[in-house]
Amino acid sequence: MRDLTEAFSTALRMILGGDPELLEIVRLSLEVSTAALFLAACVGLPLGGLVALLRFPGRRFVAILLNALMGLPPVVVGLLVYLMLSRSGPLGGLGWLFTPTAMILAQFVLIVPIVASLTRQVVEDLWEEYESQLRSLGAGPLRAIPTLLWDGRYRLVTTLLAGFGRAIAEVGAVIIVGGNIAHVTRVMTTAIALETRKGDLALALALGLVLLGMSLGINAAASLVTEFARRREG
Amino acid sequence: MVKRWTLLGIALGALLVWPWPPGVGGEAPFVTLASTTSTQTSGLFEAILPRFEAETGIEVRVVAVGTGQALRIGRSGDADLVLVHDRAAEERFIEEGFGLVRHELMYNDFVIVGPGDDPAGVRSFADAVRALAQIAAVRATFVSRGDDSGTHKAERRLWRIAGVDPTASSGAWYREVGAGMGSTLNTTAAIGAYTLTDRGTWLSFKNRRELEILVEGDARLANHYAAIAVNPGRHPHVKREAAARLIEWLLSEPGQRAIDNFRIQGQRLFVPSAASGR
Repeated sequence: MRDLTEAFSTALRMILGGDPELLEIVRLSLEVSTAALFLAACVGLPLGGLVALLRFPGRRFVAILLNALMGLPPVVVGLLVYLMLSRSGPLGGLGWLFTPTAMILAQFVLIVPIVASLTRQVVEDLWEEYESQLRSLGAGPLRAIPTLLWDGRYRLVTTLLAGFGRAIAEVGAVIIVGGNIAHVTRVMTTAIALETRKGDLALALALGLVLLGMSLGINAAASLVTEFARRREG
Repeated sequence: MVKRWTLLGIALGALLVWPWPPGVGGEAPFVTLASTTSTQTSGLFEAILPRFEAETGIEVRVVAVGTGQALRIGRSGDADLVLVHDRAAEERFIEEGFGLVRHELMYNDFVIVGPGDDPAGVRSFADAVRALAQIAAVRATFVSRGDDSGTHKAERRLWRIAGVDPTASSGAWYREVGAGMGSTLNTTAAIGAYTLTDRGTWLSFKNRRELEILVEGDARLANHYAAIAVNPGRHPHVKREAAARLIEWLLSEPGQRAIDNFRIQGQRLFVPSAASGR
């Protein structure tokens, strides 16, 4: 119980005091996960649309595969990316291991299936609804993808938030490929792991509360923005 | 349609001007040091490395893992130097051509910690091996690192001398947690068991609950740390000069004094040993 109250007061003190180390860690967490989300959106949105509308052999299998990959264990992703980026691995020449770039890559791999799979669902539903209209306008499945993605943008925001949430809350992959280096690759989750290891449970929990607060804030902001936009368009 | 392309353009533009975090593109020189959880969780690096960084302008990036994994990181060329504590493994690392020279830096010692009520009755045994044999005899719960770290290897060495094979009882009274020193102490404290820990981590550890030092001072509990630069002959990309400068500094008078001056609650965690080591 003492740990809990201490954690709350520590968290509050750090946030209100603008603890510079905390700000640095929060900033890096946001940068890494936003970059990963951006890249995952660039790949995942079109990929989800293609799998939803293109008719090709093995399409169902790809859809199932994407669904299954949503549950990729982060540690396994971390290990694979680690082996790829190690100096003794195929991409060692890039020198990315133990840098934020490696963490972005790992989170990207983790969340692309989430973005693609949920996008596929959204686009499939919309296609069922609007197929005849779109066809009468002369738009086949391929041409319809951008239109449907645009149409489903509010639902896709939720998709992207799911990906972002998974990325920023993840520790197993980024601690392996980032190395939890102070001021370089230390993010919220790896800092929490480190403080737990030091036995400083109150500080660890305080960081956890900050992470939770951040997630809440981002989700609330996103839902407000979409709500506002939806109303404005009527 | 136009709106969509504008959005895409903005997004791509944003990516280009993205405030890329350090590690991407040009930056100050840095050196990657693979080291042990015991040195990191004790806070040693945070205390001494800023001086080296201020003096030389070389940033030190510490990746803290177990000694076994630190040496593997060195082997695959993913670090420029290692700072570890397992003499036999260090010598093998050099013999196999992955490391240059072993420089002894500092030492502290291992201690056996356990619950204050000491169910195995090993308190103030002068002989650490006898203490372990006693713990095994009464089947008191003992938590092992189980992660191929320097501390884990030291522990297994002591069991061997004691003539006990604790892994035969793995899952019973012998618990291998496969974690760093701090996590292992968390577990040990939570279940009221015994474990072997380095003194540095112990002194800085904050979640002790009922745990106390029960056995200390046996000469076989000495814990030596050494630094080894990764062989550029094996991995041409390693930062040979920056690594050499860091080792030089750690061995130098200011570096050794910084190690000497690192205290937690007035206690010295590491005894510098460069002079005797060379």
